[in-house]
Amino acid sequence: MAETLGLNITQSHETLPPGVKLPIYMDNHATTPLDPRVLEAMMPYLTGIFGNAASRNHSFGWEAEQGVEKAREQIAKLIGATSKEIIFTSGATESTNLALKGVAEMYRERGNHIITQVTEHKATLDTCKRLEKSGCRVTYLPVMADGLIDIEDLKRAIVTEGPDKTIIVSIMYANNEIGVIQPVQEIGKLCHEHGIIFHTDAVQAVGKIPVNVQTDNIDLLSLSGHKIYGPKGVGALYVRRRNPRVQLAEQINGGGHERGMRSGTLNVPGIVGLGAACELCLNEMTAEAAREIELRDYLKAKLEKALDYVQVNGNMEHHLPGNLNMSFVYVEGESLLMGINDIAVSSGSACTSATLEPSYVLKALGLGDDVAHSSIRFGLGRFNTKAEVDYVSDKIIEVVQHLRELSPLYEMVKEGIDLSKIEWAAH
Amino acid sequence: MAYSEKVVDHYEHPRNVGTLDKSSSEVGTGLVGAPECGDVMRLQIRVNPETQVIEDAKFKTFGCGSAIASSSLATEWVKGKTVAEALTISNTDIVKELALPPVKIHCSVLAEDAIRAAIGDWKKKNNVTEAAGVAVAAH
Repeated sequence: MAETLGLNITQSHETLPPGVKLPIYMDNHATTPLDPRVLEAMMPYLTGIFGNAASRNHSFGWEAEQGVEKAREQIAKLIGATSKEIIFTSGATESTNLALKGVAEMYRERGNHIITQVTEHKATLDTCKRLEKSGCRVTYLPVMADGLIDIEDLKRAIVTEGPDKTIIVSIMYANNEIGVIQPVQEIGKLCHEHGIIFHTDAVQAVGKIPVNVQTDNIDLLSLSGHKIYGPKGVGALYVRRRNPRVQLAEQINGGGHERGMRSGTLNVPGIVGLGAACELCLNEMTAEAAREIELRDYLKAKLEKALDYVQVNGNMEHHLPGNLNMSFVYVEGESLLMGINDIAVSSGSACTSATLEPSYVLKALGLGDDVAHSSIRFGLGRFNTKAEVDYVSDKIIEVVQHLRELSPLYEMVKEGIDLSKIEWAAH
Repeated sequence: MAYSEKVVDHYEHPRNVGTLDKSSSEVGTGLVGAPECGDVMRLQIRVNPETQVIEDAKFKTFGCGSAIASSSLATEWVKGKTVAEALTISNTDIVKELALPPVKIHCSVLAEDAIRAAIGDWKKKNNVTEAAGVAVAAH
């Protein structure tokens, strides 16, 4: 038996099918490669046009400012905003910090209650924790087993009277691990009925699915360049100017750039790149989303056909086109990643992290640690091909089968043993 | 993370994968770890009742590459040893052989636990009590 087992994870590249080059990048929720067309738009601002966009009295400044203002319009157009409502930042983490801290500080006299939910990105959760330390009260809504929040939970959490009045709700548009799209429009409507500001971390949604701050009733929206084939180190915060006008206490002082909300010399090449990236997304979104859904469904169907005991995590109806989060039960995630080391995906297992804790997002769905440990997040993007999906699915199937030959849990389940009845010696 | 060549070798070509008849009086089975911790090892030995030599060993492991390698190596090492000799294998030997990084030391501990659990099971089945406590205490 021992001799029959074998897996070659260090194979030569000679046998690769056409169109496949290793390593394969399929982790587009973490970051995306820069689109060459974005780089082309940025190049003049990295080479010749170096002016400070805040220099009002010479052409160097005007040229830079022109690039920035064009980008502002490109971004605004993608999300249904006006260009004056776009504030440039260093990325979505900063945008979210500015949104939440800026509102908490500005509206302190109105109330001190914040509502968010448990599967938010750490940019939101850690900011909320910080605000709790400075006297805010934060409600972390649970999610249902499919990853969606229950709108009734939100209704119950809203405080309309007294010093604990709710001032802001922050719910992400789409989740970075499980791709689940929250009922943003309904959340925004509810917030507006109660005069509450609505912030959404739309990092994973903008450019991938239609997002419109008007029809979605959004007051503040965080977005990032590097998730949409733009450069790293640049992002934006949409700040609603009317119905209602949202004000923010600035968190970075010095010079009063960006209408006083975010001081600091603008990252002109980055901003130009972010604008170009948004325009490409706007033009190509419909076709690209359809293409990614087809690839993702193909990947899912292939894996489900070849392997038993697999489960998809998160609601698949309200779902990002390029996302697939799947648990390969009775196989440990890190060992799976080791077998597919020429493919870049993410694991819900955090075996190498200091805490040894699996993904808090998957745990929030009610997944057991063992199932969470066995999950893989596939993040398909603009540059992934069907040939790559074929290679990845074949490889995953091969490695999962190999590891299940090795898995005592798989053997026990196949024999009809109920694993939950065993007294495991936790270590 | 980067794995040592030996870990990769055991992961790709695990030795002694399989299952022994756990109802046999010659077979000792050790099942250690827990699914929610991300590591479960099952190590089995078949002991010659005359000589107390471990004539066969099999394992199955749910866990990371280092856990698989640690248990695969453990089966290689116990084979051909007497029960008493096998009890002298320590996790530090496994760490050294596989060049495990500090974050993976628990995998080697689990493999040592698995050897001891398998031997303990065999001893229980065969009412062997003498020296068992001594060997464990000496560790």
